[in-house]
Amino acid sequence: MSTAFTSIHAGPVPPVPAKASVAGRTMLATLALAVVFGLAARVVELRPLELLRDIGNVGVFLRGYLHPSFGNVGEYAWQCVVTLCIALWGTVLALLVSVPLGLLGARNLSPHPLVYFAARRIMDVLRAVNEFVFALMFVTAVGLGPFAGMLALGIHTGGILGKLLSETIEAVDPGQVEGVAAVGAGRLQVIAFGVVPQVLPNFLSYVWLRFESDIRSASVIGMVGGGGIGFYLWDTIRSFKDGEAATVIMLIVAMVMCIDVVSARVRRAAI
Amino acid sequence: MVADRSPAVMLDKVAKIFPGKAAPALDDLSVTIEPGQFVAVIGKSGAGKTTLLRCLSRAAVVTRGAIRFDQIDLAALRGAALRAHRTRVGMIYQQFNLVRRLPVVDNVLIGRLGRLTGWSRWGALARHFDREQRAIALRCLDHVGLVDRVWQRTDTLSGGEQQRVAIAKILAQEPTVVLADEPVASLDLSNGRLIMQTLRRVASAVGITVIATLHHVELAKSYADRILGLKEGRLVFDGTPSQLSDAALFEIFGEFVTEPAGRPEADCLGELARS
Repeated sequence: MSTAFTSIHAGPVPPVPAKASVAGRTMLATLALAVVFGLAARVVELRPLELLRDIGNVGVFLRGYLHPSFGNVGEYAWQCVVTLCIALWGTVLALLVSVPLGLLGARNLSPHPLVYFAARRIMDVLRAVNEFVFALMFVTAVGLGPFAGMLALGIHTGGILGKLLSETIEAVDPGQVEGVAAVGAGRLQVIAFGVVPQVLPNFLSYVWLRFESDIRSASVIGMVGGGGIGFYLWDTIRSFKDGEAATVIMLIVAMVMCIDVVSARVRRAAI
Repeated sequence: MVADRSPAVMLDKVAKIFPGKAAPALDDLSVTIEPGQFVAVIGKSGAGKTTLLRCLSRAAVVTRGAIRFDQIDLAALRGAALRAHRTRVGMIYQQFNLVRRLPVVDNVLIGRLGRLTGWSRWGALARHFDREQRAIALRCLDHVGLVDRVWQRTDTLSGGEQQRVAIAKILAQEPTVVLADEPVASLDLSNGRLIMQTLRRVASAVGITVIATLHHVELAKSYADRILGLKEGRLVFDGTPSQLSDAALFEIFGEFVTEPAGRPEADCLGELARS
């Protein structure tokens, strides 16, 4: 069919500059990835066939879990509450750690490049050291129990939230900040009016995400003496009390599922 | 509302050279702006209009020469003195630069931040302002006809309304000089006229200096007392709107203004002015 555009669509194809070929690079990248994954498979002793052959053993092990025993369920339920409380106060501590670090570690707010560098490195350390390692350290400092677990979670999560906060701050619209600074506002006023309204929704969403994740961490931090249900998880599995272990696992799964449901509702209500 | 007296703004052989650029953004610019004048700065993109405003607001420092507000040399300002200068200079931006998530009233109250003293400075950090400050903000909003939008989130307003909020913010700020960087460039013609009228009315009412960059020659002609034409960082025209001849426009814009594409808009403006 002929339209008014035919004269444009027809006619000779104009000469175009040559396009650089990427076939060689693609091959090289594929080869490199294959080598990396192959070596990694050797290192992790990847033996899928043995898993298939001995899958029956797992069945034997799991059979013990088919008969959960509810003798101590009251104590386990209480330890679940303790776990939630550890996560709750751990998140509060994380906020106290992350807000100053995040402000000082944001390139566009930091008072001095040295301060920026120091804040960034502190956050790196807090993130790099696992909460379990922190828990072992705090257990020696404040003794076994939930307080040590809460400190460990809070410090580690503080590093993570601080990093997320500083990166959120670095992504703010500079025009809105300039609009506040232009009236002669002081540094704190510029933060309160130009920065906080821009970063608050994202930051709160990150805090909530880490709170959920901290509940899962808190449910196992008892394994290293940090209090909560994790101690019984460790104790019952290690001493082959399969029925008890089954009860503990069921409670943890139920708790995490409840949190997911509640969390979804909170998110819907907040947005 | 009567502002403090506007200073005489004196530019003495001002040059601004950005590192790595051969051509200066501003070159040997000498001009004195009397208190209360409404000055339009016109010129092509890259002629140095925005650089000039940034030097006046002390967002940038001149490379050579000096800018003085009365006797105060801007280059010497530091810390609290620099913040005080910013409080005395009201800024209007092309993109409004309001805090989009805050309610309209908070954006007007931001204009008060530099004027707060004592405890109210600390209260403001929690976005708490006393009755007197709130009353000022509401009167300023009323002045631009937006008092019914007071609690609305700022980014729900149209561009023209947001620019009027920015003017209300300036009113709350009580500056002695207003610098407007392409205040109507992201607005349609009728909103642009409304903003220029509002600026003009406010400036006349309180008698403060306004320096606005505009690329619309017609707007500059109808609202300014005095027009400065910049070309490649140099002052090539300084006079009243009636002195701005076609020859002067050619000098400022080169062949650009004679292009037919520029004409229909100018005609629209003419019609708007007649209607």
